[in-house]
Amino acid sequence: MSKTEFPPSITSRPVYGELEARSGSGHLMIADAEGAEAILDLAESADKDFWAKAHVIYIPKKTGTKYSSQLEELGAGQYYAGPSYEAAQSRIRRALQDCHMGTQVYLSGTESLMGQAMAEATAAGIPHTAIQTEHRGSTARRMQCVHCKGITEDVTTDPFECSHCGLSLFVRDHYSRRLAAFQGVRVDAEDPGNIPEKVELFK
Amino acid sequence: MTIQFNDETFHGDFTFKNSDWAIKRFPFPFHEDSYMYSVNMEPHTSYRPGSVFERTFDVDEHYVSEMKDRARVLANDPLRCQSLPHMTLAGWDLVELIMEAKAREYPDLFELHKDGNRWRWINKPLGIDDTFTFLDESTLPYGPMEYITRQTQGDFAVLDQRDDNLWMDAGMVTTQADWSLDFDIGMNFFEWHAPVPKAHEMGIFVRALKFLLNIQQGQPARRLNWTMTVNPLLDTSPENYHKWGVMKQGLTMENIGEKQHLRVELQTFFRLPRSNALVFPIRCYLIRFEDLVTVPKWARRLHRVIRDLPEELATYKGFIDNRPLMVEYLSQFDDGSPTSDGIWPDDD
Amino acid sequence: MSAGTAKLNVTVAEVKPINDLVTRFKFVRTGGGDLPTFSGGAHTVVEMQDGDITRLNAYSLMSNPADRGAYTISVRRDDQGRGGSKFMHNKVKEGMEMVISNPVNLFSLDLRAKKHLMLAGGIGITPFMAQMHQLSMMGGNFELHYSVRTASLGTYAKELAERYPGKVHIYHDDQKEAIDLKTLLANQPLGTHVYVCGPKGMINWVHSTAGEMGWPREAVHSEEFLAPASGKPFEVKCAVSNKIVQVGEHQSLLEALEAAGIDAPYLCRGGACGQCETNVIGYDGKFLHYDHWLTDEQKAGGKHIMPCVSRFEGKTLVLDR
Repeated sequence: MSKTEFPPSITSRPVYGELEARSGSGHLMIADAEGAEAILDLAESADKDFWAKAHVIYIPKKTGTKYSSQLEELGAGQYYAGPSYEAAQSRIRRALQDCHMGTQVYLSGTESLMGQAMAEATAAGIPHTAIQTEHRGSTARRMQCVHCKGITEDVTTDPFECSHCGLSLFVRDHYSRRLAAFQGVRVDAEDPGNIPEKVELFK
Repeated sequence: MTIQFNDETFHGDFTFKNSDWAIKRFPFPFHEDSYMYSVNMEPHTSYRPGSVFERTFDVDEHYVSEMKDRARVLANDPLRCQSLPHMTLAGWDLVELIMEAKAREYPDLFELHKDGNRWRWINKPLGIDDTFTFLDESTLPYGPMEYITRQTQGDFAVLDQRDDNLWMDAGMVTTQADWSLDFDIGMNFFEWHAPVPKAHEMGIFVRALKFLLNIQQGQPARRLNWTMTVNPLLDTSPENYHKWGVMKQGLTMENIGEKQHLRVELQTFFRLPRSNALVFPIRCYLIRFEDLVTVPKWARRLHRVIRDLPEELATYKGFIDNRPLMVEYLSQFDDGSPTSDGIWPDDD
Repeated sequence: MSAGTAKLNVTVAEVKPINDLVTRFKFVRTGGGDLPTFSGGAHTVVEMQDGDITRLNAYSLMSNPADRGAYTISVRRDDQGRGGSKFMHNKVKEGMEMVISNPVNLFSLDLRAKKHLMLAGGIGITPFMAQMHQLSMMGGNFELHYSVRTASLGTYAKELAERYPGKVHIYHDDQKEAIDLKTLLANQPLGTHVYVCGPKGMINWVHSTAGEMGWPREAVHSEEFLAPASGKPFEVKCAVSNKIVQVGEHQSLLEALEAAGIDAPYLCRGGACGQCETNVIGYDGKFLHYDHWLTDEQKAGGKHIMPCVSRFEGKTLVLDR
């Protein structure tokens, strides 16, 4: 099962829901890996004419072809599967240019994918509260090092090493929507060299 | 009164020092012998001549050196000053608010001459004499918010008001108590306060937000907040935490009086007229323990507050490890006699 | 903080009838000097000394916010109303000194918007006039759709069409013209915000149509000041001030509190700003909640009332005032 129950946290930490088909002039759906399951679940309740106005952008990552043929068979007006978020980014921006007010945005999969796609959609003018999200799959985090500002993807342990400056950082729940990242702060700042054992917190 | 500006540093050799005048007017934040969060807002009206509450934007002996420190921090990290594109108008509102207030309240230090939208601004302590066109960014060397806050003590958070919330969409933040503008920019009121323990559960932020949303033009408000800092560091940013965090080590009974500082924020809130934004200046005042204990009432009270503070708050404020030493040091100055209500020294 | 907002002493510089229903008033600072600048969409609360009664009505500022020399408002005469607009039309003359509040904005522009789509009905045009001044100065992208009863009652319609060519669309009810809202809302670029000010029915129509078409709630803005409803007189006990106050048929609870010398803060006096929210200590009867502020849950809970517009019917009401 790809669903995760997140423990209650601080108010900046995003809370995810369950995707539901909503009325709108178009439907932009962006998912990665197990996020496909959220779209397939939504498909069970969506009207037939929903898909004609839908644009599905899917990044399978490690799931390979497990979901892609099912997604393609939904019959979306546009369907795209790509190798990475970075590869899909210019397509996402272009798709948002075509949207009008009333377009619904659906994001599902990892926090990294949803966060980055949400930043694109809000920059295009959609309030973040109007964007639906559903978490599926990996709970690995996208972290920003508060010291060097570099982003480290797929963080699974606390502490972890910044992939840019190499400092050992502890993982906070404080989250920036603008950066689509959690905050990482040097764990041994007050006592250099005293770095606790890594614990695998995220999978 | 003419202010004698200190030549001092807030990093490296830390030559920052409060004069007797500055000690006497220090905004001691505890009105009773214990501390807990509250929405301790009051109108920001002129109060007690000579105190930090007298003027709209207090200018003191640290002004010139604080502005040098800000320039140094910005040169090292320009991300400390950011403004999202829709906040430029609020920046101009702030230019007007500060220039008009300083020229009115410190005519010997600042002058503002207006000829329609053509404004001439003279800042004598910093040696600035600029003429520019109000609302025309191309006539200033920086964006309007950055221009004026490079000349005004304290951090500035400029908050957009929409959807019944406040959004931190611009700011100048170089003298902060461990929070990052670069990380928090764009967040709403509840989000940027997310890391604060306990206060959410107490409903503090819901009440504070309701109050702030209703602040009106011409009716600013203020409150005090506080924390602790080892060495007179204005820039205790998360960005540089790996550089200053280590300074918390090595406090002893011999050096704590000199190194440990009470850090007080005078927070004020103004509605900005053109943008309907809210500006939230956060002015930082530092005082070393050995100067603070020269006021007997403050010494007794600080001892009791620090001793009895809930552990969560001491942890959040970053001095849980040093608390026993602080309490030991301060206890020397607490004979157990009662303290009077309010924040002011008794001999006043 | 004392009740209301900071006050401005002003002198009426001009009273100009615009059409059969609407009169425009221009205020300058008494004794000269600049008025505070403001943001488009702001209102001021005008104090009217009508014999023994002090009336306080909120009116949108319609002048250019950058013009600090004078404020202008337009008042539509409401013959069925409680008397504020009639006082303005009949009693206010040039040269008269009045007291108004500092500007307060409960209908501000979302300055992030890539486009501002304004929908006005009747006298609801006034806040948009200040907003259009502001946006045209800032190079903002806006479009106005303005619905009027007839050309002769189309307050400022002609001059707006001339001032902002291509941006202003007028619809005349008597010529069976109407805003084609569905088409209009279907084609707006992302980042558009829609603003509506006008009769209640129009506001509800815009909110519900936009919602059905998938518009985010945050992109739809409205302003409607409610006039306090008249109703059966009632009695209220104020626990803090230890007073018993009678609320008259044509008086609001807030007005009755003020008349009894009880401090109650306010900004809009129209059920929108939340400032006058008052805790209920006890009651035996039923509330008539008319405000936009309290949630349905709060309204059902019987613990809060907005004295500016809401009323009470029953035996006893005890307030925390």
